[in-house]
Amino acid sequence: MSALLAPETEAEGLRKLGDPRPRDTRPVSTGRHVARVIGYVVLVVASVGVLMPFFWMVTSSLKEPNDVFSIPLQWLPDVPQWSNYAEIWFESGMLTWLRNTLILSVAVTFLQLLTGSFAAYGFARMRFPGRDWLFLVYIATIAVPWQSYMIPQFILLSNLKVSNTLWAIILLQAFGAFGVFLMKQYYETIPEELSEAARLDGLSEYAIWRRIMLPLSVPALASLGLLTFVNTWNDYLGPLIYLRDPSLWTVQLGLKSFVSNLFDTNYALLFAGLTISVIPIAIIFTLGQRYFVEGIATSGLKG
Amino acid sequence: MTTAVAPQTDAPPVTPRQRRRSRMKLRNALIGWSFILPNFAGFALLTLVPVLILFYMSFTNWNVFGKADFIGIANFQRLIGDGSFRTAVVNTLYYSVMHIPLTLVVSLGLALLLNTKLRGVRFFRTAAFFPYITSIVAIAMVWNLMFSPDYGPVNEILRFIGIQDPPGWLTSTEWAMPAVVIVSTWRDMGYYMILFLAGLQTIPRELHEAARVDGANVWQRFTNVTLPGLRPTTFFVTVMLTINSFKIFDLILVMTDGGPGQATLVLSQFIYRKGFEESQFGYASAASVALFFLCLIVTLVQFLINKRRNA
Repeated sequence: MSALLAPETEAEGLRKLGDPRPRDTRPVSTGRHVARVIGYVVLVVASVGVLMPFFWMVTSSLKEPNDVFSIPLQWLPDVPQWSNYAEIWFESGMLTWLRNTLILSVAVTFLQLLTGSFAAYGFARMRFPGRDWLFLVYIATIAVPWQSYMIPQFILLSNLKVSNTLWAIILLQAFGAFGVFLMKQYYETIPEELSEAARLDGLSEYAIWRRIMLPLSVPALASLGLLTFVNTWNDYLGPLIYLRDPSLWTVQLGLKSFVSNLFDTNYALLFAGLTISVIPIAIIFTLGQRYFVEGIATSGLKG
Repeated sequence: MTTAVAPQTDAPPVTPRQRRRSRMKLRNALIGWSFILPNFAGFALLTLVPVLILFYMSFTNWNVFGKADFIGIANFQRLIGDGSFRTAVVNTLYYSVMHIPLTLVVSLGLALLLNTKLRGVRFFRTAAFFPYITSIVAIAMVWNLMFSPDYGPVNEILRFIGIQDPPGWLTSTEWAMPAVVIVSTWRDMGYYMILFLAGLQTIPRELHEAARVDGANVWQRFTNVTLPGLRPTTFFVTVMLTINSFKIFDLILVMTDGGPGQATLVLSQFIYRKGFEESQFGYASAASVALFFLCLIVTLVQFLINKRRNA
């Protein structure tokens, strides 16, 4: 049992989260042996529990419409119906939805990275009256749920005539306090001497941000960028409130409407659509897994 | 003391050096602000100003025509007498009371498991985190169909392991909320697991070794070394979990839309219905203020408890 509770690496920080674990060379006692078996059983059961819905989503997307719900339950399709994908791709607004979602995600991520890292430099490296007070306001709003001010925000944006345009979502997502917070935490780990030396060489503060801080903070930018992209891609409430016009719908809104519009929903098609909407996220996640984990872990440790 | 009473005119004249320094200070302040301004402009417009408007709106009868009269605390009085509002508050608390401890236990348990030398932990860490970054719409729809009473895999599995009369889940007023809790815990546990895992790795291994040498058993080491070492993480996780539970919305909106009946109507959804479906912006704002303070108070209380425990 002891193996379960002892941390296996030294406190070497988060970078170690992604490293392979050193093999245990100590002799294995019976107690340890039983503990390992229990550990594996829990791990396998939990993995199945975590992945089962995704498995079911993908297999159902390849079934005949009537086979999605059959008695007895059918886990795998008899013959994979790849045509489901062609059908949802061409016969729904899928292309429009994906295009809108992509535009939003890219624009929001770009703006968030730009303004977030820029502001973080101000908070981390510049000294001016009101700075700490202002940063406290930023932090405090993380505890304020968006749902509590979505109504005044909607009225404000409606009066600015951006409601029912993609701009509404871009504005909504691009200036989050979280990005400023994450980047500031990272900038504070970069030695001050670097910027001091650059200052003596005559670089302006903007040049220091651009030429020294940005290149050094690529891991943090990657974390923030991936998290922002995924959040925007997955957002449902923002688009639900602001995007009324079907030509502006995101993939989340489109798939949701797919269910509520048809009395007799073709669930195999729906699952194909859901799978299409999840694939980009799965690819991004697989490629940038390390940055996701580090971004999340950093936000938790310092918070 | 003498300088304090000296009249202003006797103060030493400002030297060029001081003037240069104060000009530098002003310059630095301006540059500092210029860094923050682009983000702050958006942040102020989209967060600070709406929060301020919110408090004003909650005291008005603001409606779809934009006509707003100041009506004092009438909205709040109406809220207290509103049965739906009371149901929404009770349901939100019910959800939180189930979701917070369950997620804490599961994610801490998984983190402890992942912090070992078992093979396959890296794969599991990836897998467990994946639900958290999948869209709520996809998750809610897939689980909805999985929970289907007669044809869904969940009940199929329950019947397989010998439960002859499995629950009706989303069609049942009793089981709809537990079903939502299961899905939200399934979704969130990977996220909090990673926070705990990061916390676990900050506990020095020597502490465990020392406790082991002193003859502490597994449970004693867990309560005396692991838990105290994790306190900052546990605190942060509890605060985040609480806020996230109080504002639960999109998952419920897609899974149950508050039903059956009002069995899963939560606070955020009450606000959404009153505001966006019935256009009673003033009244919805009063409910928003309630949500705002609920989150604020709970966060403050947790901070105070944490402070006292650390002292």
